[in-house]
Amino acid sequence: MSLATLLLLADGRLPSGGHAHSGGLEPQIAAGRVRDVDGLDGFLRGRLATGGLVSAAFAAAACADTGRAAELDVGLDARTPSPALRRASRAQGRALLRAGRAMWPVPAIGREPHQPVALGALAAAAGLTPVEAAVAAAHGTTTGSASAAVRLLGLDPYAVHALLARLAPECDRIAAVAAARSGDPVDELPAAGAPLLDIGAEHHATWEVRLFAS
Amino acid sequence: MHPELHEHGPDEVPHTHPDPGVDPHTPLAGGPRALRIGIGGPVGSGKTALVAALCRALGEEIRLAVVTNDIYTTEDADFLLRNGVLPAERIRAVETGCCPHTAIRDDISANLDAVEDLEEKLGPLDLVLVESGGDNLTATFSKGLIDQQIFVVDVSGGDKVPRKGGPGVTTADLLVINKTDLAPMVGADLSVMDRDAKARRHELPTVFLSLAEDKQATPVADWIRGLVAARV
Ligand SMILES: Nc1nc2c(ncn2[C@@H]2O[C@H](COP(=O)(O)OP(=O)(O)OP(=O)(O)O)[C@@H](O)[C@H]2O)c(=O)[nH]1
Ligand SMILES: [Mg+2]
Repeated sequence: MSLATLLLLADGRLPSGGHAHSGGLEPQIAAGRVRDVDGLDGFLRGRLATGGLVSAAFAAAACADTGRAAELDVGLDARTPSPALRRASRAQGRALLRAGRAMWPVPAIGREPHQPVALGALAAAAGLTPVEAAVAAAHGTTTGSASAAVRLLGLDPYAVHALLARLAPECDRIAAVAAARSGDPVDELPAAGAPLLDIGAEHHATWEVRLFAS
Repeated sequence: MHPELHEHGPDEVPHTHPDPGVDPHTPLAGGPRALRIGIGGPVGSGKTALVAALCRALGEEIRLAVVTNDIYTTEDADFLLRNGVLPAERIRAVETGCCPHTAIRDDISANLDAVEDLEEKLGPLDLVLVESGGDNLTATFSKGLIDQQIFVVDVSGGDKVPRKGGPGVTTADLLVINKTDLAPMVGADLSVMDRDAKARRHELPTVFLSLAEDKQATPVADWIRGLVAARV
């Protein structure tokens, strides 16, 4: 494993389209459900336990065996009831692949895979392990929304990073759980969901003015 | 590293060495890609008005499409539609997550995807205009996204803008100073702007324009015609 390579893959500055997505936060802020750092804490813990776990498991599985990419992709479709979130995940997967192809020899896994599948394939191509792919996925779940919160709510960036530091052990734990299951049949991989995020995403997609793509 | 530069032993993980001189991206559909021109500049300086004028002037002679980066997801598209200058399928909107600047410079993936989608759907194009979200004087496009960039400022903020410089004013391939019709009302001296622009930009061209009066943006359309002709 290469720690520096993992940092590169998990870096928010990787040009992979992530900056334009709030991870479902923008509609929740508009609905008044997240207003401050405490609200963000709850949001991120919920995300990590649901979408974060699913992303981590699928990234780990794709890293363990990139040959399963197509099957994993279908599995994520089944776990993503909101069409808007499917589009968002595929758009981010496509953008991530674009960045990854410039960096490592990534095998063909389709033009617009779900983001976790692309992440796992990139991790494998970069010589990383499934648990590292899972950490990058869990970490991305929290940091993406956290940075959106700083921009949307004007939160104190130090307070937000203090929160991220408190959540780091939880990211590691989720990643370990996810990686331990990376060889499981697709149907048995985690399928946790957050219906309010699905509903929020569908509303968000119809807004006339929005700052984030999802 | 090229294959001939080292041996591949039996105990090595199988690997290849992509030639660093070869573009790893799959080529865009339909042969050579369109000329891409970025249009940046502060909020309200007339970027969309310029895009509309260029569509009017060039829409009949060349195959063109537009990518927008506005926070109003449909505003620019609606404007172009309302003015009857471009059909909806030739316009793509990109969301920028509060960072109009990032989307055109640091992480250009969404804009590249939009350009590729347009070329895939419409077939080969000659020109794609990418309008950035309204930003400040430091906004510039990545060379990975566009071939040439136009920076649009207007006279209504006073005649100091070219003197202030900034990467947009100093480095853009074409500087457009728009809304010259307003100059008398805001007391802006165009000759001062011209002199300062020359001092900042040396040989790079600057044009004065009033899109309120010139609905075809003639000097800009001519500049683009020259670029398109030079490519074929
Ligand atoms: N008087 C005058 N008004 C102009 C001219 N060009 C544009 N405008 C007006 O300026 C306003 C802003 O123009 P837009 O083209 O929307 O500006 P923009 O740069 O696209 O703005 P954002 O995308 O919001 O940053 C509109 O009301 C235009 O009609 C001009 O040459 N003269
Ligand atoms: Mg505009």
